[in-house]
Formats: sequence, C-alpha cells, structure tokens
Amino acid sequence: MIVPADQTKYDELAAFIQTVDASEKSLIAVLHRTQTIFGYIPQDAQLMIAKALHLPTAKVYGVVTFYSYFTEVPRGKYQISVCLGTACYVKGAQDVLKAFQDELGISAGETTKDLLFSISQSRCLGDCANAPVVMINDELYAQVHSDEVPAIIKKIRETEEYA
Amino acid sequence: MLNFESLRALKTEAKKRLDARLADVPAVYLDETGTYKLRGPYFEKQTRIVLKNCEIIDPENIEEYIALDGYKALADLLEKNVPRREIVDEMIRSGLRGRGGAGFPTGRKWAEALKHDADHKYVICNADEGDPGAYMDRSVLENDPHSVLEGMTIAGLGIGADQGYIYVRAEYPNAVKRLNIAIAAAHKAGLLGERILGTDFSFDIELRLGAGAFVCGEGTALMESIEGRRGMPRNKVYRTAERGLFEKPTIINNVETLANVHHIYLNGADWFAGIGTPKSTGTKVFSVVGKVKDAGLVEVPMGTPLTKIIYDISGGIKNDLAIKAVQTGGPSGGCIPADLIPTTNVDFESLAAIGSIMGSGGLVVMDETDCMVDISRFFMDFTVEESCGKCTPCRIGNKRVLEMLERFIAGNGEPRDLPRLQELCEMIRDTSLCGLGQAAPNPVLSTLKYFRDEYMSHVRDKRCPAGVCKSLMTYVVREKCVGCGLCKINCPVKCITGERKTMHHIDPNACIRCGVCAAKCPVHAIELA
Ligand SMILES: Cc1cc2nc3c(=O)[nH]c(=O)nc-3n(C[C@H](O)[C@H](O)[C@H](O)COP(=O)(O)O)c2cc1C
Repeated sequence: MIVPADQTKYDELAAFIQTVDASEKSLIAVLHRTQTIFGYIPQDAQLMIAKALHLPTAKVYGVVTFYSYFTEVPRGKYQISVCLGTACYVKGAQDVLKAFQDELGISAGETTKDLLFSISQSRCLGDCANAPVVMINDELYAQVHSDEVPAIIKKIRETEEYA
Repeated sequence: MLNFESLRALKTEAKKRLDARLADVPAVYLDETGTYKLRGPYFEKQTRIVLKNCEIIDPENIEEYIALDGYKALADLLEKNVPRREIVDEMIRSGLRGRGGAGFPTGRKWAEALKHDADHKYVICNADEGDPGAYMDRSVLENDPHSVLEGMTIAGLGIGADQGYIYVRAEYPNAVKRLNIAIAAAHKAGLLGERILGTDFSFDIELRLGAGAFVCGEGTALMESIEGRRGMPRNKVYRTAERGLFEKPTIINNVETLANVHHIYLNGADWFAGIGTPKSTGTKVFSVVGKVKDAGLVEVPMGTPLTKIIYDISGGIKNDLAIKAVQTGGPSGGCIPADLIPTTNVDFESLAAIGSIMGSGGLVVMDETDCMVDISRFFMDFTVEESCGKCTPCRIGNKRVLEMLERFIAGNGEPRDLPRLQELCEMIRDTSLCGLGQAAPNPVLSTLKYFRDEYMSHVRDKRCPAGVCKSLMTYVVREKCVGCGLCKINCPVKCITGERKTMHHIDPNACIRCGVCAAKCPVHAIELA
C-alpha cells in the first residue's frame, strides 16, 4: 500500500521515469534514483518501475537483490559504512566494525529502531592510505580507532538533539 | 565552441593564468624541462606520467588541463587527419598493456575492434575499481578527469566509435561529481559531442553508475550491467571487439590505461616504449598501503625493484617491525614472501613468474603480526560474497575453500586437509567461467606455497604464530596481577580462580576467549598468548 505521505515521492519517481527510455537499459539508473528518493527501494516502487519499463517484476526484483548497493529495507539517517578492504583489514577494521555494532546494538546490514543509524560493511572505500576508514553519509573518517567510536556516535546524537 | 585555432589561443592564455596561480603554491615547482612537479623526495623519486597533473591542476577547470597540453593530442590527430589504421598502429607500437589487471595489449584490442564494421561501436572506460587496497583509478578520476575523457575520445577516433560509457562505482561520489563537471565542460568547449573541434568526427560520453558488485569489473558482466541486467559474466562465444555492448563492436579499457593514451600521442610511441621493460612498457601506479610508513600512490617505471618502492619511496615498515609479505593483485593475486622481495621487480612477467599478479596495482604490505591463513580467509570471504553464482566451481568450490580455512582458524583442521585444499583450489582455477573464479584461489595457492609452515602450525600444532587467530590463543594472567578479583567477578563462565591480593589463574580449557577479563583488568595483566 502506498501511504499518502509517500505520494510525492512516487510522483517524483514517475516524473523521472518519464525522462528515460522505457526499456531495460534504463533500469539501473531508475533504481539509483529510487533509492535516492526513498532511501531504499520499496516493493511498490518495484511494481511501478516494472510496469513503466515493460519488464517482468521478477526481473526488477532480481536486479535489486543482485547489487549490494540497493536495499529493500530503510536505512538510517546516518549510514555508517565501515571499510573492510585489505588495507583496513590489516589495520584492525574488524575491531572498528565491532565497536560500532556494540555501541548501537545492531549488526551490519541493520538499522536502529529510531531510524537514526544503520551500519554496513564496505568492500573498499578507496582511501587505503588512511586505513582504517569509515564513511558516515558523505563524510570520511580517517585512521579510526575502535576507542573513538563511542565519541563519534555521541557527537552525532548531540547534533541531532540540538537540530 | 573551439576549433584548432582557438584551442591553441586558449592554451596560451590558460597557461599564463595557470603560471600565475601556481607561482604562489609552495608544494609545486617548475623543473628544468618546464614541467610542473610536486615538491619533496616522495614525489621526486617517482616517474609521474599518469599522475602528472594530479594535485597540480584544478580538476574542475578544463582550462588548466588545456594549459598543460590537454586535448592537444586529440586536436593534432584530427587536424592532421591521421587515418584510423595509423592511430591504432601507433598504439600497438607503444606496447601499452591494460592496467586493469590482465595486461592485454591495448593496441591489439583496438585493432580487433577496428576490423569489424558496424553502425555503432562503443568505448567503455572501466572505472569499477573494486580491488580492495587499490585506489589509483579514483585518484585519476577525481584529479585529472579530462585525461580519461581525452583517452576515450582518441580511442573512439581510432576504432570508429561514436559513443563512450564510463562505468564508475557508486561508492565514489566525488569521482562521479568531477566526471559530470568535466563532461559538461568538454561539451561546452566543443571537445566532446557533435562535430568535435569543428570536424565531422562526433563522439559522446555518458556515465553509468555501478551498484556494488565486484564482478561487474569483469568486462562482459559490466556490459550486462550497462544493459540493465544482473552483472553476470557472459559465456565467451564472441569477442567483445566483435560483439560487445548491445551486440556491437566494443573496446573496454581501464581508467589508468586510458589516462596514458594522450601522453603516447603527444610524445610518440617510441618515447613510451623506452620507459619500463621491453615487454611491460611505461609506468604503473601502485597503491602502497598497509604497514608502510608513507602509504600512498607511487608511480614508477615498469620493472622497478620492489625494494625501491617499499623502502626508498614509502619509507619502509611502520614501527620497524619485520616485513612478512607483500600482497599484490587483491583477491585475484598472491603474497610475495619476504625472502623474494629483494629480487622481485614489478612488471607483468616478473610477478607472474613468482605466482602473483600485477592486478590493478594494489601493494598491501604485511608485517609479522599478520597471519597468512587469516589473510587467505579474508580474501575467500570476499570472493564468496562477490561470486555471482553463475558457474558451479566458483559458487560452491570457493565456499568449500572458505569453510576449510575457517576450520583451520578455529583449530579444527588436520594436516591431511592441506593437499585436499590444494586440489580443490586448482580445480576451481581450471574450471571457473570468468576471471573472478579462475583467480579466486590465488591467495590460497600462493600462501600454501610460501607460508606452508604457518598452515602447518594451525592444523597440526593448533597454534597461530602471528597471534591473530583468537581460537588458537589463550588468555593468561601475567605477574603484574594485583589480585583485585575484577576478572573473576566478570568472567561469564567462571573459569578464573585466585584469592584476593594473590595472582589469579585462567583455566584455558573452560575459557571461551570472550576477552571480558582483559578488558576489565585495571593493570592490563591479562594478555592473549
Ligand atoms: C572479477 C573481475 C574484476 C575486475 N575488475 C576490474 C576493475 O575494477 N577495473 C578494471 O579496469 N578492470 C577490471 N577487471 C579486468 C577487466 O575484465 C578488463 O580486463 C579490463 O577492464 C580491460 O581493460 P585494460 O585492458 O585497459 O586493463 C576485472 C576482471 C575480473 C575478472
């Protein structure tokens, strides 16, 4: 069911689909846009996209689930991406990931109940000289130590309270 | 819209403006040949061709790229009306080989695509840089995006293509932003799009965003993805140069490969072929990371000794620990052991000869505190996650390899597992559909070869010499213990004994290695050993 509050988001998506070629080759661009609009890819959006691009819904679903960047569950306002690339791994990135999980009480791939934080693990964020690195939304944290994690979370919580 | 005349005029003007701006930038100086360079021994020891403009020009200003001879190679080829065949032959003579991993000769790839006539042909730039530990492509895209656009346009001119695509990782938002700015500026200047520089050559470039699948770096999987499907590699019935993207002749080249192109046409194939070794020409950018003092991007001629890169340029090992291995080529590569490092040069042939690969140029330096069995598990975990599932050896075989390694790490391995592991790895290597599966066992095979003792310690003695594999370690109480009893109170399985104010003791058989005791100890007397 499309909740009314989301109607403007669906309108925005429909308007975007109008601008692309109504075929398979537009699918991934449309999914990227969907995720930008909603923060995730709801199943109703998948139905709508399938219809508009003349594709079976199963095909759309298949693509959504193949690519790890796409998610069907809402992500937090702050998306914490812990890099587990080789350079970060040899510099203790697993401890950093564990610290975030412990601090927030969720596992990688999950979102906190208040929809404030979600954690994901990244294959490589491409900033290996600063390992271990963590990206929170578009902000990069370099040479993170697991001890600093509670302070990072606290700071975000504080900005949220005063916002 | 520029033409040949106005491009030259713009260059002269832009150069003046750039000179004036850089005069106040202390990190940059003009060398005796009139080339701008970054100051300091770290940079001066390198040979920077691909990275020549990086951190010198403003990547969001096309004029600064033009000021340093940008788009001159393209303009010269167009103005002199150089035939396609000659453009391709020049590339063949340069000896440039693909920097994306496989090292295929770029000129030969172009020649194949030139051969096939079609109403459309495509040039794809592979900017999916997925190898963990490598980030040179991101650096080029963010700091010198026009060099990639110019390289693609020259490739298009050479093979007769009309459309280019850059397939870039969504994880690189900054690169996407800079590329969009660069494409728009090149369009506006008449250096991209319809009738480039007023000639009848037209070529356009669009971005396509990846969506977090490592396998999409593989050429045919990447094409599937651009076409809007799951990124699963194709059965190679046709060569891409004959039937690639949308069934049309297509060439796919890596970012760094393409960033070399305009330098080759500016300075000539002979100049390029004179750098590096006869079989591996030019330079290579390495991302030297891990346990080195000065981690970063290092560009050196092919064939440079590994020791020069690690010690001379990158300052050696952090904290002066002993070097144990250098991992090259990411999850498709191998580990070079310490005793081979002094005799290894970095070029395609030398690395292959010792069972590793160049890959995309990640050099992850590891020291004595890194466990090679654990590193193998790390890469296998990566492969299992990223396998697309199309072929059985990769989908199931790699999973079995991972399970074996996990058993070793948990202390449940047996010496007789090692030959079985070897056999399974060789089978996956020989029977997988694409490069991902074929190369996936490399990290295991190379460590089995060079670090067999370490595997033996895990499976026979149930010991991890590097002190990484937690299950093979026990917590012990050291002399420092003050007998406060905090560990005893907090231990969830009550395996700690000892009277107050006397030294405590942990029962290793009952201990579950949760680490709570070590965390609670006020005097840090509890350690893993
Ligand atoms: C699993 C897999 C991942 C790959 N990832 C990349 C990549 O991220 N970037 C890249 O340029 N080439 C990658 N390649 C290599 C490409 O298949 C292809 O060889 C390359 O893009 C060709 O360009 P080049 O000749 O200029 O190197 C990958 C190959 C495999 C099998």
